[in-house]
Amino acid sequence: MRDYILRKIFISFLTVLGAVSLVFFIIHMIPGDPVENMLGEQALSVDKERIREALGLNRPLIEQYLVFLKNAAKGDLGESLYRKGTKVSELIAERFPNTFILAVSAMLVAISVSLIAGILSAIRRGTITDSLIMALSGFGISVPAFFLGPLLLLVFCRYLKWLPPPASAEGILSLVLPSVTLGFALAAFLSRLIRSQMLEVLSEDYIRTAYAKGLSKRVVILKHALSNILVVVITIAGMQFGSLLTGAIITERVFAWQGIGTLLIEAITKRDYPVVQGTIILVSFMYVVINLLTDIFYAVIDPRIRYAKD
Amino acid sequence: MQRINYIAGIVIITAFVFAGIFGPFMPGVSGEQPSIENQLRPPSGEAFFGYDESGYNLFHRIIAGARIALVVGLFTTLISAFTGSLIGAVSGYFGGITDEIIMRIVDILMSFPGILLSISIIAVTQNPSYAMIIFALSITSWVPYARLVRSQTLSLVNRDFVVAARAMGAGDFYIIRRHILPNCFNSIIVQATFGVAAAIIAESALSFLGIGPQDSSSWGALIDSGTQYLLIRWHLAFFPGLFLFITVMGMNMFGDGLRDKLDPRLKM
Repeated sequence: MRDYILRKIFISFLTVLGAVSLVFFIIHMIPGDPVENMLGEQALSVDKERIREALGLNRPLIEQYLVFLKNAAKGDLGESLYRKGTKVSELIAERFPNTFILAVSAMLVAISVSLIAGILSAIRRGTITDSLIMALSGFGISVPAFFLGPLLLLVFCRYLKWLPPPASAEGILSLVLPSVTLGFALAAFLSRLIRSQMLEVLSEDYIRTAYAKGLSKRVVILKHALSNILVVVITIAGMQFGSLLTGAIITERVFAWQGIGTLLIEAITKRDYPVVQGTIILVSFMYVVINLLTDIFYAVIDPRIRYAKD
Repeated sequence: MQRINYIAGIVIITAFVFAGIFGPFMPGVSGEQPSIENQLRPPSGEAFFGYDESGYNLFHRIIAGARIALVVGLFTTLISAFTGSLIGAVSGYFGGITDEIIMRIVDILMSFPGILLSISIIAVTQNPSYAMIIFALSITSWVPYARLVRSQTLSLVNRDFVVAARAMGAGDFYIIRRHILPNCFNSIIVQATFGVAAAIIAESALSFLGIGPQDSSSWGALIDSGTQYLLIRWHLAFFPGLFLFITVMGMNMFGDGLRDKLDPRLKM
């Protein structure tokens, strides 16, 4: 067990280091001069030199890399080029909670919708309800969020007028459509998973025993069957949390949600490289850490996993 | 049902490829002058899909977008299928330290969100071209091919015909080229069908985020500008999205059918 966890942590550490290095070298090695991009081609070469000096761009790449790694390990991701004197970490700290709220509520949407849909289609297997749910989940798996979002906006804000347009929405109302958009694909995927798991469990002996004891269908399904598949569902849902964080980049743009995704896109348009670099590194870091935690959690609760991988 | 899906997939792909190749030669698609009085005009009998915010016929722009999707989808897939298969075959064939190193790189790329990597590559280019987008997408999309071909190579290296070829003095790369890769071909083709669909979505996502080439007719870019007018004009974001969705669905349906035909082992 300890070996398994230690190995997982080591691999994740390598991944984070690999990811950070990859992003650093991509950003620093692609042709094109960031200073020229910032100041424009007509800028005086004295100015360019000054900025290069200030950013440390005139030092050898490998030295810049080591300095960057040292600072990043301390949580210092540099300063924004655009908003002078503002630390990248401050900008991220300001926006990250919004993205986190969005991802968490998308996860809640996905889990609650898929539990209802998955159980319903499993116990109504072969009926029209089942086919409808499966068709909807087929749609959900293949529709990209940047099409689903506008569709939902059209239906709920423009035609049904159930929700205010995103610009004037406040509080919980502003969260509804973004979290549905972000969570829809996951809900679709989880419904299929729950349906197949449920069908498998329902054919087990202990379910027949429970029925034979005279328990009602509701008790058998919700207590005996559901509690047995919940662990798998929660773990697989957890593994997807990281992709909700990256998926949020697209959803945030649809709804002009002030999260880390819009921060990243703004930074790209303004060519604010330290911010671009910092956001990408932070999101990848979270992604890897969340996957690590779910892996460990899974191994702790299900011994088959750790033995299979050892 | 499976068969209907497969045929529907073929029809959709044929229409898409046709639009991608010949669309730009259609009257009006290239060199059309935008007209101010047509700006944002909703769909009518004369233009089924309406006009966009600058007064171009939206259908013409969508057709122009088909070529972008076709080119990016095809080239990304060709590049990543080629390099991925080669890397996977080398990794599985030689084993040992080569395999170990390649698989660690694969692990890192797999546990890293691909779109972020593509974004970071494009972010630093001043005015990204489609070649740049193709490059940025290929950086991560070779990984599934490498894993696929590696696992098949592992089961092929000890088969009689490979051993025989080696006994006759065939070189390593000759064996990979003539014996290993041809035997993986069917699975590579199936994977590539889904790969084209994924590349089209990824390209649209990048354009939607506004970091693709400027003034593009990419479906993602059209959806992005359409979203700004969503509450007054529904058609601007809806039609490009619909075309994207149908194309991707078609490719996935075709891919499912193809998998059942060519490579039943992969059936889930």
